[in-house]
Amino acid sequence: MADFFSNTYLGIALVLIGQVLLVVVPLLVALAFLMYADRKVWAAVQMRRGPNVVGVYGLLQSFADFLKYMVKEVIFPAGADKVVFLLAPMISLVMALIAWAVIPFNEGWVVSNINVAILYIFAISSLEVYGVIMGGWASNSKYPFLGSLRSAAQMISYEVSIGLIIIGVIISTGSMNLTDIVHAQDGDYGLFSWYWLPQFPMVFLFFISALAETNRPPFDLPEAESELVAGYQVEYSSTPFLLFMIGELTAVVLMCALTSLLFFGGWLSPIPGLPDGILWMIGKMVFFFFIFAMVKAITPRYRYDQLMRLGWKIFLPMSLVWVVFVAFAARFDWFWGAFARWGS
Amino acid sequence: MTQIDYTRAAKYFLLADFFVGMKLGLKYFFAPKATVNYPHEKGPLSPRFRGEHALRRYPNGEERCIACKLCEAICPAQAITIDAEPREDGSRRTTRYDIDMTKCIYCGFCQEACPVDAIVEGPNFEFSTETREELFYDKDKLLDNGARWEAEIARNLELDAPYR
Repeated sequence: MADFFSNTYLGIALVLIGQVLLVVVPLLVALAFLMYADRKVWAAVQMRRGPNVVGVYGLLQSFADFLKYMVKEVIFPAGADKVVFLLAPMISLVMALIAWAVIPFNEGWVVSNINVAILYIFAISSLEVYGVIMGGWASNSKYPFLGSLRSAAQMISYEVSIGLIIIGVIISTGSMNLTDIVHAQDGDYGLFSWYWLPQFPMVFLFFISALAETNRPPFDLPEAESELVAGYQVEYSSTPFLLFMIGELTAVVLMCALTSLLFFGGWLSPIPGLPDGILWMIGKMVFFFFIFAMVKAITPRYRYDQLMRLGWKIFLPMSLVWVVFVAFAARFDWFWGAFARWGS
Repeated sequence: MTQIDYTRAAKYFLLADFFVGMKLGLKYFFAPKATVNYPHEKGPLSPRFRGEHALRRYPNGEERCIACKLCEAICPAQAITIDAEPREDGSRRTTRYDIDMTKCIYCGFCQEACPVDAIVEGPNFEFSTETREELFYDKDKLLDNGARWEAEIARNLELDAPYR
């Protein structure tokens, strides 16, 4: 039987499908509850209660929303290119989901343990921009078009600094494999062996760039409700809009997962004695999602030119300087080898 | 060469404002919420609250309204329609007393004008309907309201009487 699953094509295909479902289904269910949590956190900071009617404590609110989006009528704007119009949200969602193929949740618990995981994730985030551009273009309307161009420019600007920040981590680790990056953070000092300590400034830069990359507040001008209504999503109605929404939230959770893997030790336990495990990984992801939601509640929005200035004139120089610094620190073993962890 | 304000630069790069904001956000995150959980909780109302109209009766059961039509005359929206005729026992009473609740502006002039406290605006505001026709109140409906809400209306009148 084990032979069937490891040697025959059909067996391997079934195992793969099983692994994919094991990642995607809990992810989508978690997404529903994370969307609810986002609204509750946002409400709590504003001294109001958030959804509390639909289920017990409002827990079924996201499912009610999903149901609503699915039964609504799909509206095509006049003159919209139907194929591209429908393809855009699909691209947005699919790209966000396939990036999860390389995220490890525990030792060996990864669908695809490739040695270029970081490169793969970068390629996927660059492709996500296509979904945005296509959505705005296919809407055949001025304002979504402008919104999509702004959003696309914002995403590619912050991808540059995210890339450089991750290069700092890669230089320290010597590998782009996410499992290796977590192993490099496995040290004797628990919490203090993780990359957040040597790469402290870059944690904040990464987090802020992740906010901008996924169009989250304070960088949500392209889809701000009071400014552009919904930016490139404004002409979308039911299921296509739902796909955009899920795609955006999946990208957010992906960034939370990346933060925990790259800087905060993934599935490693912060206290050296306690066992590592997937619960630590999930706990860290939830914590970072909480921070994402809090930032949404407490910050005013960046104006578009301020946002672009931040990306190109502040983050890019800082991350470039940091890469040079890490390169020297890794080469010459400064700081007691904290920057040179390959081979550990 | 402009002077660099080091304090400001330090605050900018150390994200000082952001942490202050986060601390404030967390404080309000744990603070008691100001939401009133309608319909299980409701906001406070004063005795002068002007809600759904009602036609009152005297304690012995006799209807108060004597068809003087002062309310019909004062109503700014002309929402009240009255027809009057002597009753079998010779007293002056209305045969028709309609209030169009969709025209009414709930100003309370009718209750101020009434010399016998017949038409009043009670404390009820939850009388929404699914058809417009149900909101064209007639005399039966109003007298009915009066019966249902009399205890509370009487209490409100008692509390507000010193100021009227």
